[in-house]
Amino acid sequence: MRLIDYANPTRFLGLVAKILPWLAGATIVTFAVGLWLVFFRAPADYQQGETVKIMYIHVPFAWLSMFCYMTMAASALGTLVWRHPLADVSAKCAAPIGAAFTFLALATGSLWGKPMWGTWWVWDARLTSVLVLFIMYLGLIALQETIEDPLRAAKASAVLTLVGVVNIPIIKFSVDWWNTLHQPASVFRMGGSTIDASMLVPLLIMAVAFSLLFVWIHLMAMRNEIIRRRIRTMRMIEAAGAE
Amino acid sequence: MNALLALFAREWKLAVRVGGGALMGALFFLIVVTVVPFGVGPDLNLLSRIGPAILWIGALLATLLSLDRLFQVDRDDGGLDLILMGESPLELVVLVKCLAHWAATGLPLVIASPLLAIFMNMEPIAIGATTLTLLVGTPALTFTGAIGAALTVTLKRGGLLLAILVLPLTVPVMIFGVSSATAVLYGGMPFTTPFAILAALGLFAMVLGPVAAAAALRHAGE
Repeated sequence: MRLIDYANPTRFLGLVAKILPWLAGATIVTFAVGLWLVFFRAPADYQQGETVKIMYIHVPFAWLSMFCYMTMAASALGTLVWRHPLADVSAKCAAPIGAAFTFLALATGSLWGKPMWGTWWVWDARLTSVLVLFIMYLGLIALQETIEDPLRAAKASAVLTLVGVVNIPIIKFSVDWWNTLHQPASVFRMGGSTIDASMLVPLLIMAVAFSLLFVWIHLMAMRNEIIRRRIRTMRMIEAAGAE
Repeated sequence: MNALLALFAREWKLAVRVGGGALMGALFFLIVVTVVPFGVGPDLNLLSRIGPAILWIGALLATLLSLDRLFQVDRDDGGLDLILMGESPLELVVLVKCLAHWAATGLPLVIASPLLAIFMNMEPIAIGATTLTLLVGTPALTFTGAIGAALTVTLKRGGLLLAILVLPLTVPVMIFGVSSATAVLYGGMPFTTPFAILAALGLFAMVLGPVAAAAALRHAGE
């Protein structure tokens, strides 16, 4: 099985139809296990109390906001380099999901920041760079919506997506490069994680659950976009025939 | 090489002659800086503190405002198609166009900034530092903005979208531009640290901007 085999939208839709029920099931089961662990098993933090539970949704949202952008960047490469016909569908459908995840990462972080830092928002490097990521998602959506021709819109937004990739390392390393209020990375770091297993395991399960959710929504959105384009083509053929 | 020099001369002449609108940016810069004291009040101490930031924001907005002329005029009169078919590498052509555009619209901003800094009651050393950072920083804004100008070239009214696309990309330039100007005022860190990063960002934008803008122009021309 190669990626190019699924350049045919019909074959892709067939695969999606087979995968989707399993994916939905896996997402729901992982969420059930993850939420049960978070609410009934994970200990309250000795300093933060129960508010630490915001971490179990905030951190996956933040990871996925970047993962989603990298998905779009990979799709952009697919559009520009290999001209894969589904790459631009993938990029277009990932943008609103990424924007939503980024917004939720900012919102949950803000709700967590109020009791912990005493403020909803600080202009710290990590927060600001994520806000810039959010604006970039919105700009990409605006660009896709403004250019009428789908192919041209796909190429223009692919170029912008690749340029915007420079922001991703800035977000990742902002906590190391600048002295920020936001804490540095504690899960994936040199020398092992600094989080205790009782908190790390629920966090990782929640991260898997949200990643599955992302793939699930993304595939559904791609399916809808393919169908939407078919309807558009059918309408155009119909309009041409009616003359 | 001769073709590129001729292109530079052509762009420059078109920009500074009647209808080119080169000095419009500088005028807009003056107005933005004039409007600020009406908004924040005429407190001279406050103005001298936020002066570098105001000048930078004014320069950023003025640069954005003039960017849509970068490729739009050539697209309208068909010159862009000739450039695309020409033998010179498109990346270099974009680079030359950006340089000419900067010389006509960015340089007047840099020259005007010491005068406007006096309105802001800034210290002489801060005036010098801000002017220097603008001299290094405004080309970076033009090169980054070329990407947005190339992406929106096919749109009839792409000016607002251009600003939305370009502004997030200019944030790093803005941060290091203002922080090197304020480093002179308040100390804490040497001027050269953020200034070196600003210069590096400028060089980075000089490479990335023309390459990405050329890619966008090629796809827009298809």
